Amino acid sequence: MAVGAPLHQEIAHAPFGGGFSRTQALEEPALVRRVLIGLALVFLGLFLGLPLAAVFVNAFSSGVGVFVAAITEHDARSAIGLTLLVAAISVPLNTLFGVAAAWAIAKFDFRGKSTLITLIDLPFAVSPVISGLIFVLLFGLQGFFGRWLAEHNVRIIFAIPGIVLATTFITFPFVARELIPLMEEQGTDEEEAAVSLGAGGWQVFRRITLSNIRFGMLFGVVLLNARAMGEFGAVSVVSGHVRGYTNTMPLHVEILYNEYQTSAAFAVASLLALLALVTLVLKTLLEWKMRRRGAAG
Amino acid sequence: MPFALKQKSVLPGFGLTLGFTLAYLTLIVLIPLAGLFVKTAGLSWDQFANAVLSPRVLAAYRLSFGAALIGAGVNAVFGLIVAWVLVRYRFPGRRVIDALVDLPFALPTAVAGITLTALFSKNGWIGGLLEPLGVKVAYTPLGVVVALTFVGLPFVVRTLQPVLQDIDPEIEEAAASLGAGRFQTFLRVLFPAFFPALATGFALAFARGVGEYGSVVFIAGNMPMRTEIAPLLIVTKLEQYDYAGATAVAVVLLVISFALLLAINALQGVTRRREEA
Repeated sequence: MAVGAPLHQEIAHAPFGGGFSRTQALEEPALVRRVLIGLALVFLGLFLGLPLAAVFVNAFSSGVGVFVAAITEHDARSAIGLTLLVAAISVPLNTLFGVAAAWAIAKFDFRGKSTLITLIDLPFAVSPVISGLIFVLLFGLQGFFGRWLAEHNVRIIFAIPGIVLATTFITFPFVARELIPLMEEQGTDEEEAAVSLGAGGWQVFRRITLSNIRFGMLFGVVLLNARAMGEFGAVSVVSGHVRGYTNTMPLHVEILYNEYQTSAAFAVASLLALLALVTLVLKTLLEWKMRRRGAAG
Repeated sequence: MPFALKQKSVLPGFGLTLGFTLAYLTLIVLIPLAGLFVKTAGLSWDQFANAVLSPRVLAAYRLSFGAALIGAGVNAVFGLIVAWVLVRYRFPGRRVIDALVDLPFALPTAVAGITLTALFSKNGWIGGLLEPLGVKVAYTPLGVVVALTFVGLPFVVRTLQPVLQDIDPEIEEAAASLGAGRFQTFLRVLFPAFFPALATGFALAFARGVGEYGSVVFIAGNMPMRTEIAPLLIVTKLEQYDYAGATAVAVVLLVISFALLLAINALQGVTRRREEA
């Protein structure tokens, strides 16, 4: 013991790993460290760095003129418009749902809670293509409601409502999944105190809960929005690919690519890559904010 | 109150929020998913078996599951290295690289698909280097593996990072002071501690890969029996108005995905219990 104690202290406090203990017992040899860092960098460079660079290089490979033409021509503009429209519907809906679900699940105890959480996670386990298929089975011409819809002249599949539905399904869990653990961790003390002081339900939610969860909520919204704008498989099944009408940006990229307009395809794709980069920056900022909040609280 | 639906609380809004949650969940998720199973129940056994057991469909399942398994395996190895390096070492650019790990989550799959194809085709930056060596990636099963490795990349890293972060340095110190070498400590002390998280990340990457569509269809070449994945087969059958066939192929994929989801939940339960212990 008499020998053990100082050794232990030395391990814990040795500066810069200079002592015997820190380098040999708690860290890998410098060579191993360098090899591991090298492997990680090569792997990430190959699978993340190169693809990211390739999008932008290919986008400008035929010159700025082609790039600008590709993102401003009629079909591209209508694809951008549709993508924004779909996100403008799906994002608020799923955000509202996420907040409501998290309030019920995190602030109250009831039976079947864990089943409910699993059900909310379901869409993440469904292949994008199947997420489109289920709406075709419901609303397509041969679908359960197909005949009725046709008689009443309502189009869902191969039209905008189908795209909105499939996107909403695919992005369903994002905000709920972010907020449930966050609100569970925060507990109910603050809200209960407010209620006992006479605050109304809406007041409690707006003044206390919302201010506590706003970064977590934004975090979920950022991820939800990225997925909603970028979804391909599900939307591809329900869209019907009508140019200038039911093409979202990812579908427009596909069409251009399949027509061998590679530069134009990458030009539109680079806008989506830019969206991905903005998403990553916002995500990192919000994580940083939340960590600081966590450290302060 | 053992039989009450909910325990007493002074907070308002339970009925409203739970009601909305259940209604929205039922409308957007449960009814559409149920439709798939109702449709399947309407198929005769022969229809179902013909659709699911045809050689072309079996080949597609084999490719989807096989490539997803290999992709998840690659990610388990390199994801562990990446997570380890990001958590344990300090080097320039670490924060940027850490943020970039989520790129496959944020980048639309179609963009990933055409980009990987451009990189790995024989005129591409990487394909051009591999071609003289006789290695073809684009339009081969290897291309499918590459795409699925890309989409699964963040899962292993992101499930491992918090667990590696939380490992108490004291247990490593204890192992060291008891005379364990560094490699021994890693294998006997650290590995068992993070193994459940590694398995969870692997399972998540695998599950994502099985259903993946957008990033794969461009690079795969989509030749029946060789480079055609199961989700593409669903799309193809739908385009031929073969709803029964599409449904049958889909329901098998879906049931397997749900089983994976349950397994992942169980694994995450193990991880959480270990963290609490």
